[in-house]
Amino acid sequence: MNRFAELLNRLAYEPARNAKLRLIADYFRSTPDPERGWALAALTGALSFPHAKAGLIRSLIAERTDPVLFELSYDYVGDLSETVALMWPPSPSLLAAERGGAGSGGDAPTSTTESCLSTAIPHPSSQGEGELSLTTVVETLSTLGKAQLPKQLARWLDALDETGRWALIKLVTGGLRIGVSARLAKTAAAALSGTDAHDIELLWPGLKPPYIDLFAWLEGRAEKPASDDPAAFRPAMLAHALEETDLAELQPSDFMAEWKWDGIRVQAVSARRDRDMITRLYSRTGEDISKSFPDLLDALHLPGAVDGELLIMRGGRVQSFNVLQQRLNRKTVTPKLIAEFPAHLRAYDLLADGAEDLRERPFAERRTRLESFVAQLDDEHIDLSPLVSFATWDELIAARKDPAAAGAGEDATAVEGIMLKRRDSLYLPGRPKGPWWKWKRDPFIIDAVLMYAQRGHGKRSSYYSDYTFGVWTRGDNGEELVPVGKAYFGFTDEELLQIDRFVRRNTTERFGPVREVVHEAARGLVLEVAFEGLQRSTRHKSGLAMRFPRINRLRWDKPPSEADRLELLQSMVTKIEQGLAS
Amino acid sequence: MRPEDILVPTPAGVCCKIGGFHIDPTRPVARALITHAHSDHARAGHGAVLATAETLDLMRLRYGENFAGTTQAAAYGKRIDLGGVTVTFHPAGHVLGSAQIAVAANGLRVVASGDYKNVPDPTCAPFELVPCDVFITEATFALPVFRHGDPDGEIAKLMGSVALFPERAHLVGAYSLGKAQRVIALLRKAGYGAPIYLHGAMEKITRYYESRGFALGELRVVRGASKAELAGTITICPPSALNDLWTRRFPEPLAAFASGWMRVRARARQQGVSLPLVISDHADWNDLTATIAATGAGEIWVTHGQEDALVHWCGTRGLKARPLDIVGYGDEDDAGEQDGGAEE
Ligand SMILES: [Zn+2]
Ligand SMILES: [Zn+2]
Repeated sequence: MNRFAELLNRLAYEPARNAKLRLIADYFRSTPDPERGWALAALTGALSFPHAKAGLIRSLIAERTDPVLFELSYDYVGDLSETVALMWPPSPSLLAAERGGAGSGGDAPTSTTESCLSTAIPHPSSQGEGELSLTTVVETLSTLGKAQLPKQLARWLDALDETGRWALIKLVTGGLRIGVSARLAKTAAAALSGTDAHDIELLWPGLKPPYIDLFAWLEGRAEKPASDDPAAFRPAMLAHALEETDLAELQPSDFMAEWKWDGIRVQAVSARRDRDMITRLYSRTGEDISKSFPDLLDALHLPGAVDGELLIMRGGRVQSFNVLQQRLNRKTVTPKLIAEFPAHLRAYDLLADGAEDLRERPFAERRTRLESFVAQLDDEHIDLSPLVSFATWDELIAARKDPAAAGAGEDATAVEGIMLKRRDSLYLPGRPKGPWWKWKRDPFIIDAVLMYAQRGHGKRSSYYSDYTFGVWTRGDNGEELVPVGKAYFGFTDEELLQIDRFVRRNTTERFGPVREVVHEAARGLVLEVAFEGLQRSTRHKSGLAMRFPRINRLRWDKPPSEADRLELLQSMVTKIEQGLAS
Repeated sequence: MRPEDILVPTPAGVCCKIGGFHIDPTRPVARALITHAHSDHARAGHGAVLATAETLDLMRLRYGENFAGTTQAAAYGKRIDLGGVTVTFHPAGHVLGSAQIAVAANGLRVVASGDYKNVPDPTCAPFELVPCDVFITEATFALPVFRHGDPDGEIAKLMGSVALFPERAHLVGAYSLGKAQRVIALLRKAGYGAPIYLHGAMEKITRYYESRGFALGELRVVRGASKAELAGTITICPPSALNDLWTRRFPEPLAAFASGWMRVRARARQQGVSLPLVISDHADWNDLTATIAATGAGEIWVTHGQEDALVHWCGTRGLKARPLDIVGYGDEDDAGEQDGGAEE
């Protein structure tokens, strides 16, 4: 448990993805079965302990500490698990060990009597042998009744050090949030053999913790575990980006077009096993996200595999990505959340119909099969992504400019662009060049003024790389800048250096990692900001929220007074709402 | 006689009226007794300064020759009569030269302990317990969540990280007086034999430790070292340098910070630290409470830090306790260590 705790501890502090991967892979390499398998289960969210709740932890610590000292400590630390982990009193047996050990400490100060005892504690993590393992924790909890839980937890907390206690409490109460996705943990496991995380993703639904067969295969000691999962994920097919100039090389008659919806790409798979229907929803990378969208699972009552876009639908209208984001942000899916943010699947493609694999069929044929499949499903949570009809590229260019007029109607605000698919394209995993193209709408562009800069994370921690920018508006005291967004990419490394230098030389105030930067009519830096969409928002002072803003260009040539005004953004959002925006 | 007749707390530090001196005053005074050379305790501009020889040397390094009108060195354990009181300096175990100052008159003894820890430290004399009637204690880490644990374990963590990321440079933030040299000594004790790199701000004080006979192995300054040379190395720097432009000369720098504050995750994250090392030169909760009990003092005065918790604890033990509102003591890093930055 202490090694696993140490891993979690490092991961919680490490910002860089690659370093996280190294830490996890190193742990897998140096930890035996089944311990590492349970760790993989914990990192991928495959473990849950329904009886352990925060209230239980609170009552355990209340029995052991002075309430005033606890409150002062909790107030200072700000996190219950952490406070308990740090305050948990040393167990009687450890105290005994400590008394025994203190006398032998040769370099301990000699002039002290009692006071050195408390500091010469042998580190519990150096216990070695009889150390509590993650395996023991998982196996014990799987059979333990609710009534015995408090005593058992207390015994373990007695035996662990601070980090171990923190990890144990986080693990059993389900609060293990350390910035590691299930995908990242699988990628680290894949690194043991140089395979791709994708391969693990394909096997994953058929695997069970502690994944002995998986590690045996990864280490070349056994055959690849057979996947007998009828509702397995099928590797997704992705598109290349298209520029208008590319069209000259392509034949309109070879292609079909459809809207690219601004939601999340998913794969919905239903299959029968014996008499049961198994239904799963996967992300584009093959992560099982079924748990987050139970409202969609019931709709998939026919065996098959649909490639589509997950959207939020209200009153027959597709909601913007911002709305979907609000549902994605919630950890627990409540009936209220489902009612407020009903999930919807807009179908693009059919990969399997019943037991029949369609991936080797041309797209045009799959599309026909999809149409009848969706019709058969006949469920309000699933519909067909409509085709965009066109005979010439000019017609398609016009459709992309104005999706509302080209059939998207009121849903046009959720259109991110156009997908072009060759009629004869097979469904191939990865991103093959040629068969599929994505052609995004032109971004919106404004000139804004840099107002605040914040230090970045990881590699960028010494650079001011996150920028808050604003546009002009008439305030109570005349012309003033109101913040309208934040961007932290879009610039080159060279531009980053330039902005960083500008920020350091033109700081007007500091708030921790944030610097306020000079932004007056005549002095300041104008940023050309590109963004994909614009929404009204009550959470922002400007009343607007940008989608996907990034720095397009630095306008050193432009005085801040010539930057854009809030009124421009307001008219943009009105146009977008009316489906008129370019 | 009451303890207040010997030492009286004022907002600028504790003052001995009979003896005509202040201890660790936060503003210039005629005569100052200084417990140790950290900048929140040892300030420049006093008329006369009485402190250990090491503390005087370190103040000279920091403030220049003329940091005080006159100076007098105090040896540990030696009685010095000042006015109507007797003063003795005793090791505080905090940093090189650190002392507790015992002030006695008419059979009543008050100990101002400055900052202290009762933990083995290869770079300073061990803490000495001084029985007394009133014990003035610091409270930097006076919450039960602060239990510092074994510094050797933290050093092992650092060395493990260097082994796992041999292409990266490990930067260890450490206060330039005391912590930096202790971390180096602990690394050497753990068998780390490679050269250790120093930020420029560490150089003078570290060389002073060497001149006092502390063997710290091969030390190099970062200045002038190539990026490639710094891969897989350990560099000690002031905490303020960890997020500085200065770090750009290192290959994929990994920020570590050796401090008692690193016990609390929010503090570590706030500093952008990816490898927190819980190594402290201050007493932790167990150390504070055990020391207070062991002095036999019936009355405890509490300064800088979490006074509330310690005063409450004293109450539960039947000890009279009060917080002292002295303005200006704090984290060593808050005062005077802005010399680390290469900010434009
Ligand atoms: Zn100090
Ligand atoms: Zn201090």
